[in-house]
Amino acid sequence: MKNRKLLILLSALLLLVLAVVGITGAQDEPMKIAFVYVAPIGDLGWTFMHEQGRMAVVEEFGDAVETAFIENVAEGPDSERVIRNFADDGFDLIITTSFGYMDPTLTVAEEFPDTQFVHISGFLTADNMSNVFGRMYQPRYLSGLVAGSATESNIIGYVAAFPIPEVLRGINAFTLGVREVNPDAEVRVVWTNTWFDPPQEKEAAEALLAAGADVIAQHQDTPEPQKAAADAGGFSISYNSAMLDFVGQSVLTGPVWNWGAKYISIVQEVMDGTYNGSETYWGGLPEGVVDLAPFSELVSEDTIALVEERRAAIEAGEWDVFCGPITGANGNLVLEEGSCLSDGEMLGMSFFVEGVVGEAPEDASDEPIGFPMEEVLPRGDQIGMLGEAMD
Amino acid sequence: MIHLKFEKRLEQSRYSFVGVLVLSIVLALLFGALLLAYAGANPFVAYAEMAKSAFYSDWKETLVKATPLIFTGLSVTVAFRMRFWNIGAEGQLVVGGLAAAGAALFLPEIVTLPESPWVWIPIMMTASILAGALWALIPALLKAFLGVNEIITTLMFNYIAIFYYQFLYTDAWKDPAGRGFPGSARIPSFTKLPRFTGRVHLGIVIAVIAAILIWVIMSKTRQGYEFRLIGENPTAARYAGVNLFRNIILVMILSGGMAGLAGFSEISGVSFKLQQGLAVGYGFTGIIVAWLARLNPFGVILVALLLAGLLVGGDELQMSMQLPAAVGEVLQGMILLFVLGADIFTRYRLRVVQPPVALTSGD
Repeated sequence: MKNRKLLILLSALLLLVLAVVGITGAQDEPMKIAFVYVAPIGDLGWTFMHEQGRMAVVEEFGDAVETAFIENVAEGPDSERVIRNFADDGFDLIITTSFGYMDPTLTVAEEFPDTQFVHISGFLTADNMSNVFGRMYQPRYLSGLVAGSATESNIIGYVAAFPIPEVLRGINAFTLGVREVNPDAEVRVVWTNTWFDPPQEKEAAEALLAAGADVIAQHQDTPEPQKAAADAGGFSISYNSAMLDFVGQSVLTGPVWNWGAKYISIVQEVMDGTYNGSETYWGGLPEGVVDLAPFSELVSEDTIALVEERRAAIEAGEWDVFCGPITGANGNLVLEEGSCLSDGEMLGMSFFVEGVVGEAPEDASDEPIGFPMEEVLPRGDQIGMLGEAMD
Repeated sequence: MIHLKFEKRLEQSRYSFVGVLVLSIVLALLFGALLLAYAGANPFVAYAEMAKSAFYSDWKETLVKATPLIFTGLSVTVAFRMRFWNIGAEGQLVVGGLAAAGAALFLPEIVTLPESPWVWIPIMMTASILAGALWALIPALLKAFLGVNEIITTLMFNYIAIFYYQFLYTDAWKDPAGRGFPGSARIPSFTKLPRFTGRVHLGIVIAVIAAILIWVIMSKTRQGYEFRLIGENPTAARYAGVNLFRNIILVMILSGGMAGLAGFSEISGVSFKLQQGLAVGYGFTGIIVAWLARLNPFGVILVALLLAGLLVGGDELQMSMQLPAAVGEVLQGMILLFVLGADIFTRYRLRVVQPPVALTSGD
């Protein structure tokens, strides 16, 4: 009883100390844009690149926009609070930049029909929630060509976050590139079960290096795997940003994100009232939302020429990465020559191609891969324009 | 020369307790103000924003966040009262959540029962209490029969539970219609806890009832008396004929069951499916809750609300003041450190001691 009274007294005191009334000055003129980030903006990777996109928006529109962001927001149910907070505070456009924000974003979008939401990397949409992502598998494939040419031990390590379609697609595209130039090479995958955990990302890379890998690729948020490779005297293929700038020439190249142009066009269209609020956007190399980082001076002229040739074919729409013949890791032929995976199949990918050593959620079978689009998008939205042309 | 000496207080005065705690909060806020000023923010505006967010504009979210903290705080309170150091509330929460989700996802296919929350909520609660209790029972048995240190076992059992839970939502229980993305299917609507307003769900009421129950058990029953007796003085308890084995096992069943309920309320009240974000540290924060509440069940409710407010308000520092996430976290950590650290002054006091004259007279 004694303790209870004291606690009540205490909490009242704490409230008193905290309860100094302050109201931020309201500015209603500029368009208010909020970004929800999964890691700190200083991660030099995934979130860093989204932050570059935000700054590009600020630079483009100046005083016409007011932006805010919140970093290090855990994925899952708790993020709903953060997203709703922004909506409550009258933001006009809210961009949530990690897969785990999808369900919360949808929930809040249904509550705030006048606010536009953009979710990155998911598959659900609503009238006021669009889904934006990039065909990262294209530059990943190109970087695989570089890695396959560089390896001498024929073991390439791949530090990967979660066994979800996005990551599997990247590993497969990368491996197809590797095996095209080096049929003897294998890609070994280690899962970290986290997007952002610098020490763990580094340890995973070190384990792969100790197992004989001499090139490290990754699907994480930070340059830590690149640092591990450089420390061990190996090469690496980076991800997200041009990590050569942070780690050095041992980073041969790597797929990168360019969010600025897409963010600027979304903001412009929302301002003009022309934005298709439920769009599903999956831009690739031709649109520029994904790209390949500048080459290290250690990459040979021949390799660069091959990469440029392949890039030109993709950009011209003559060819894409997931076109047959493709063999699964268990030896089954999953795609015949002359046919290509549809966007729906690519977005639901759950197997490994031949050359990957690691555990995928499912083995490749002779059954159709992934799910038909109608089944996978409950709200009836179709993904992509390129895919239909390829089918 | 003046010496300072720590002396154990013979009597813990209630005034020293209040005085020390108030002082520690004021100090924490003052040091926090320095930090905020260094980060380029006006501390008064920042604190006002935090308080406004936590207890005015986002009060519903504070209640949502407080719900699991009350359960885990109670879990730790029960065990710590007996000086049984259960660090495993996190793992017990996770298995409780697994049991609740499992019951909601798979039981309706096996047994035919009325599709009503009044039927299914008690089933899921029972499942999660049993799961949490069983998970806690293993370290309890190891302690009771082999004397294995429970701090180690309960801590390590967290990781087993968390990794098993990760396996389930990324593999065995993954939604077949989820296109390969991690996460189970959504639980049926009749297994969801009813909501009052916003995301505030019935779980907060269950948590308060649980707190009352725990208070009754600890303060009004013979069993609770035995728990407390063992905590105060195990030797005396043994002389008085208290069965240590039995109490260790009972206290862990009660403690694990409470943590299991936390998992249930998160699954059934907030996330509606098994996915990333169940094991976010509520079990560990429960230790802080219990400690700050001085192992008082009603104190747990209050402290859980305050800590939830601190977490909710901390986000506001980023959202409206554009301070880095780290500033909010450092501020939260600082307040906890000061309040917990000051605890020593309620049990000890600093005294100025004059050295004996005889030793210095020879110089």
